[in-house]
Amino acid sequence: MKVLERYNDPDLGKRMLSRVRSLALETVNRLGRPVMLMEVCGTHTAAISSSGIRELLGDLLELRSGPGCPVCVTSAGDIEMAVNLARLPGITIATFGDMLRVPGISSSLEKERARGANIKIFYSPGDAVDYAGCHPDREVVFLGVGFETTAPLAALSVEDARKAGLKNYSVLSLHKTVPPVLNSLLAAGEVRVDGFILPGHVGAVTGSRAFEFIAGKYGVPAAVAGFATLDILAAVHTLLQAILDGEPRTVNCYPRVVKEHGNRQAQNIMAKYFAPADVHWRGFGKIAESGLRIKKEYCDYDASFKHDIGVSPPAPKNPCRCGDLLKGKIYPGDCGLFARSCTPATPEGPCMVSSEGACAVYYRCHRAEMM
Amino acid sequence: MHPEIMLAHGAGGQLTRQLVDDIFLKYFNNEALKPLADAAVLDFPGCRLAFTTDSFVVRPLFFPGGDIGKLAVCGTVNDLAVSGARPLFLTVSFIIEVGMPLNLLEQIARSLGESCRDAGVKVAAGDTKVVEKGHGDLVFINTAGIGIIPEELDLGQHRITPGDVIIINGPVGNHGLAVLLERENLGLETGVSSDCAPLNGIIAKILREVPNVKMMRDLTRGGLATAVKEIALGAGVDIWLEEASIPVDDAVRGAVEILGLDPLYMANEGKFIIFAAPEEAPRVLKIMANEPLGVRTAIIGRVAEGKGNVLLKTMLGGTKVLDLLAGDPLPRIC
Repeated sequence: MKVLERYNDPDLGKRMLSRVRSLALETVNRLGRPVMLMEVCGTHTAAISSSGIRELLGDLLELRSGPGCPVCVTSAGDIEMAVNLARLPGITIATFGDMLRVPGISSSLEKERARGANIKIFYSPGDAVDYAGCHPDREVVFLGVGFETTAPLAALSVEDARKAGLKNYSVLSLHKTVPPVLNSLLAAGEVRVDGFILPGHVGAVTGSRAFEFIAGKYGVPAAVAGFATLDILAAVHTLLQAILDGEPRTVNCYPRVVKEHGNRQAQNIMAKYFAPADVHWRGFGKIAESGLRIKKEYCDYDASFKHDIGVSPPAPKNPCRCGDLLKGKIYPGDCGLFARSCTPATPEGPCMVSSEGACAVYYRCHRAEMM
Repeated sequence: MHPEIMLAHGAGGQLTRQLVDDIFLKYFNNEALKPLADAAVLDFPGCRLAFTTDSFVVRPLFFPGGDIGKLAVCGTVNDLAVSGARPLFLTVSFIIEVGMPLNLLEQIARSLGESCRDAGVKVAAGDTKVVEKGHGDLVFINTAGIGIIPEELDLGQHRITPGDVIIINGPVGNHGLAVLLERENLGLETGVSSDCAPLNGIIAKILREVPNVKMMRDLTRGGLATAVKEIALGAGVDIWLEEASIPVDDAVRGAVEILGLDPLYMANEGKFIIFAAPEEAPRVLKIMANEPLGVRTAIIGRVAEGKGNVLLKTMLGGTKVLDLLAGDPLPRIC
């Protein structure tokens, strides 16, 4: 635990913070306008809030959440598909806990469970495969949600199921990949982002080179960051320096975990079982080749092929502004539902459900000063 | 109000609170119950008694550092102890499911008996019920406990005033993490054990030397943050906690980093906090630090004027608001 201690060291942190504040002040003064950094992933949003970084830099910089929360970017229509599956006889839905409370269109998995649907929480798809092995009478469907950090595990679970000769296991893949959504965000140009704090866990799998295009193609600085206090401050410092220098670059600020080429084994197993697909992201609509569907030759393990659940229906319009939040257009407090009808106990949208959704984080950490 | 009970109603946070207020207190509130303290303080001719009850539904039944039997004793003994009482007698009720292996039940009974001896309490009455398979999840246990509160003691949130310090007897999150890891078989080798232990011994020593401490609370589900928040609301004060001072074992810190959990909200079964006037703190600290159950005793915060906010001064020097738990804390996805 020495590494963790070191990267969360209070004295080093305070000194680093002081340097970052000076640099932030210089950058804002030089540019003559606010500087916006996007925290792409929910884990960063949570860490930036709970460490106090948001409060201690918020007067100088705009730190906005992005689309990197896999629960949050899952559309209501996709949840509805899972709900339909849960209602089929003989089906056991295996899911991560966060997904239970996300509202679909007519219902949520939590509500279906209360009505008798067989929905079990697993922490890894491997456990769902074990469960399927022990319960041959149940048709187990793993709800595959997550980015490049979890998709390899889902792929591995298909491999394990194949090796075990299981006929009662499949994955409903709602997996998505991060680089395409950032590309979409930058191409649309709806929001000016001066720098990206990139997810270190995703980077560990994809490699830092997967994000080269942010600086290379779009001229925006980007830093792959870890999650300890010093990791985040170092990334912010790097971004501010690049903005100040006028030299956009994508920098790996988490070299102890992230390598340039990433984790080849994880990439290989993903490539074996998944093919890129055009999928729907909450707030963004369809993004080309941004999702992962199970390859046709493994269709026996693809729940959307195996079971008749139709396609993901379009969600009706509602006043929830999760979509705008995920694009960095607003802060949680800008949504009229925040802390009114939408609270962690009564969520209207996924950003309030997921413990690392921006709304849930802001509700937990910043509600007092926002109201 | 949700029309059906959900798991989150049992988590010890906001929903539990709502349930108690809206359904239970509505029909049987009274002066004895109103404080909703760890134990009811009841006046009898010639003495004051503390009276409490708790039910134990933990899964798995056995976990590193304890089991449901030990928990059933310590949970109730500790509620009595933090009320200032010397715990004397327990009742024990078993609800057992058909098919529960007898040897497991015997292990639990043995552990329960040993824990009673360790805590110096006796089981005075009990009950046994058996339910059909599928209706009970192996075994549920309820214990009720009674103890005598010395006349001179006056503990309670009515005594808390701005300036008081808050002291804890050791690191947080161990029980919650140990049980979670055992139940979910997450494959994390941490060596973390539950801190389940009877606290009446260490508390008796403190009260003997420093009877003027203001209040104590044992930290169970919902963790340190929930307990502190409930007290802040009840006493009508603000409470400041220092993140750097709150003891957390390295192994717990590492595991919660990976899982995305917060040790301040995780369950404990051998931890308590004391509110004391600042001038009394050094004596309390000295007594506690000399006890096996007080090895990492620390001052973790202070009471300030306010309206019920709990604020955490982070390691970096920022301020974070701590609130009641919204639901069940679940490990993150990625």
